Amino acid sequence: MTPSSSIAAPGATPAPEEHHDHHPNYLVDGTTIKSWLLTVDHKRIGLMFLFWVLLFFLVGGIFALLIRVELLTPGPTIMDAMTYNRTFTLHGLVMIFLFMIPAIPAVFGNFMLPLMLGAKDVAFPRLNLLSLYIYLAGAVLALWGMLNGGLDTGWTFYTPYSAHTTTTVAPVLFGAFIIGFSSIVTGINFIVTCHTMRAPGITWFKMPLFVWAIYATSCIQVLATPVIGLLLVLVTVENLFGFGMFDPARGGDPVLFQHLFWFYSHPAVYIMVLPSFGVMSEVVATYSRKNIFGYRAVAYSSLGIAFVGFFAWGHHMFVSGQSTFAGGLFGVLTMIVGVFTAIKVFNWVGTVYKGAVEFKTPFAYFCGFLFFTVFGGMTGIALGTVSLDVAWHDTYFVVAHFHFIMVGATIMAFLAALHYWFPKMFGRTYHEGWGLVAAALIILGFNATFIPQFLLGNNGMPRRYYEYPERFQSLNVASTAGATLLAFGFIIIAMYLTYALIYGKASGKNPWRSKGYEWLSESPPPTHNFVGPQPEFPEEPHFYVDPKKAEVPDAV
Amino acid sequence: MSELLNNILFLPEAASTFAERIDSLHHFVVGTTMVMSTAVGLAALFFFFRYRRRLPAQATEYIVPTLKTEFLFVSVPLVFFLAWFGIGFRDFTWVTTPPKDSMDVYVMGKQWMWKFSYPEGPNGVNVLHVPANRPVRLLITSRDVLHSFYVPAFRIKMDALPGRYTQIWFEATKPGTYQVLCTEYCGLSHSKMLAEVVVLPQEEYENWIQEQRRGRLQDRQDALADNSLVPPVARMVEQGQVLAGTQGCLKCHSVDGSQHIGPTFLGMYDRVEKLDDGQTIRVDEAYITQSMMDPGAHLVAGYQNVMPTYQGKLQGPETAAIVEYIKSLRTPNVREGASEGPAYDAIQ
Repeated sequence: MTPSSSIAAPGATPAPEEHHDHHPNYLVDGTTIKSWLLTVDHKRIGLMFLFWVLLFFLVGGIFALLIRVELLTPGPTIMDAMTYNRTFTLHGLVMIFLFMIPAIPAVFGNFMLPLMLGAKDVAFPRLNLLSLYIYLAGAVLALWGMLNGGLDTGWTFYTPYSAHTTTTVAPVLFGAFIIGFSSIVTGINFIVTCHTMRAPGITWFKMPLFVWAIYATSCIQVLATPVIGLLLVLVTVENLFGFGMFDPARGGDPVLFQHLFWFYSHPAVYIMVLPSFGVMSEVVATYSRKNIFGYRAVAYSSLGIAFVGFFAWGHHMFVSGQSTFAGGLFGVLTMIVGVFTAIKVFNWVGTVYKGAVEFKTPFAYFCGFLFFTVFGGMTGIALGTVSLDVAWHDTYFVVAHFHFIMVGATIMAFLAALHYWFPKMFGRTYHEGWGLVAAALIILGFNATFIPQFLLGNNGMPRRYYEYPERFQSLNVASTAGATLLAFGFIIIAMYLTYALIYGKASGKNPWRSKGYEWLSESPPPTHNFVGPQPEFPEEPHFYVDPKKAEVPDAV
Repeated sequence: MSELLNNILFLPEAASTFAERIDSLHHFVVGTTMVMSTAVGLAALFFFFRYRRRLPAQATEYIVPTLKTEFLFVSVPLVFFLAWFGIGFRDFTWVTTPPKDSMDVYVMGKQWMWKFSYPEGPNGVNVLHVPANRPVRLLITSRDVLHSFYVPAFRIKMDALPGRYTQIWFEATKPGTYQVLCTEYCGLSHSKMLAEVVVLPQEEYENWIQEQRRGRLQDRQDALADNSLVPPVARMVEQGQVLAGTQGCLKCHSVDGSQHIGPTFLGMYDRVEKLDDGQTIRVDEAYITQSMMDPGAHLVAGYQNVMPTYQGKLQGPETAAIVEYIKSLRTPNVREGASEGPAYDAIQ
């Protein structure tokens, strides 16, 4: 076997600062463009995903700012109604399908999963590379459709409007359909990796909680994504050829669309947020130097959310004409998802109990994450009480709610992961002071953007409004001001991380003194992750007990 | 107290019996959420400070929760969540089950207006009159795509679906005028699909409906009477002008030559228009009528096919009146050239 798993570069020169002369780190093991584009190394694939999701985050963020600027005044501000409708559609599409769904699993899942399991790579390295190119193919098709007309249906594509609109629906939907395969392929890969690639000593209940979260996410991806794939194809043919599947005039049913759509898109919320829960379990354990309080409870609640999440979709449809009984059923199931999330929150806070907290940047994001998860989650429960949803449905309250739980939690976790694992991925450190400043700005900006939107929803402003009655203006201006703050936070992060990438000090192997499994290898790791014999893992992850006092705990 | 809470929460005026129920549950949920999350937050902050790191590689104790702790973690939220759900579902059942003595109003959404009709007449566009303190059942449907009928002051909302009826009911408590908003995205002018509910005291409402029905009768008698003395064309033009307003034509078509979503009516008649398939057409009565009934058949170049069909929505004489109105908008001193594209730029 060659020292490099990248197909193209068997003879790369090792970096000068490398300790293991025969095992260069993965960043310099092969320096040609081809060695990156055709690599089957999970770490390089993870980095390439990182590049693309950050790019799409930028695109989606620009759309978000355009929306906020347009809503500064009650009338037209910088664009016309058609452009506005396209802008919010593209904001939703890009952020959800191109950024949030792949963000944590495809970047950090890819990078960390094998390291955390003591494996050399994922189970199917070539499939892993394929998943990147499927994602890019879908993204190119969707972007092409967006540039050639763009669609104005909202990211939910509700029929019959999406079947009748004269804008370009087909290529974008087909792009999203293709991206779905990337999600499925990644999911299968991770499931098989968890089942077959665990190193000696890593039993199911000694897997790091991040792995548990990714495992639960992968199960959702594999089971739910085919449904949206099928649905997107149905809408595409309905739009192109007029099949009448969702057209009541021809015996179809527009509400059928909503059932199929939310059967995927509700679990998709957990595809976005479960990996965040996993990241935060790692971060809180590392920075408070404690084993996770209630490890099994947190692990099982991930699976519980993944399972019950499949049966709560109807809470998006309380006022869609579905029966009152169905409304009640979906309402109760929603409460159960809430309970699983509450278990996690209590256990994270419990982890800090008798710990040793070091308030670093990732821990600041953990605090923001707790805040967004609690309030995003509780507003979700409030919406699930059925009657309150009658007033709030499709108003800005819902917009603020899902931005809190889905975006707030995911962004917090994405940034926490980026900072926490930055030394692991690049072997360099960033500036801690700027990190804390940016974290404060982002948490503040996020609240300043979306708290006014909760109030707008209470006040009765519907979502997707190009123009609005004047009484809503002051809150909209407040929200736009918050969004500006948020944008500044991201600009600061982009600057100091780019600087750290080039000029950052070497971080050493384990700058946080973490006892997470991924830190056992070098930082950055060599191509095959571990050098020498198969590593063993006698202790559970995040075991910070003094070795003199340590006894093998009987309860986990 | 609840007045203060309503102001903090930016809740609009509550003007229905359902709104009172919603607001009290809202206060309960917000109150308990705030108390409990403050408790969790304070506990976390206390831990962060109390258990701050003192040594770089500090060792800690191995702590796992007892079964009792885990049981509390599950049961406390579950009890609150189920209590909220219990109240919420009771109210939801209440609002989806109209009382037997409620008065019916048919509501039809279409791009981009609301039509209201009473079983005994009359019909109206964008203004719904209802009596105060009387249950009103809305039977809601749609002509084209999904819409949603939302009255913030009543806290009620229900989707309008093509091909079926949905229902919801309310009992307005205070006379006044309340805004209706469409909350299901329905295309270009979604945010302009506004209407209002006028709540009248019972007696005034009776008077209003009597007058409306009498007015209809009057119209019918007028139609039977000999009105040959009235110059017919002028009357049709006026009628057409009113119709163009009530049917929403003027939301997209200007009458002063300015650019908008659709071609301007000014000087439209007898103009030679370039079509999007490259052909040209002279705008005559037939073309105008066809464009109302099948808007996509011959599209003027540069415009989107966004106009809804008026097939079945306009009677023959009404269509003729609108055509006459458009014909009347001919002045020799405006430009007679073809339309110059829509008011917005299409994304290329």
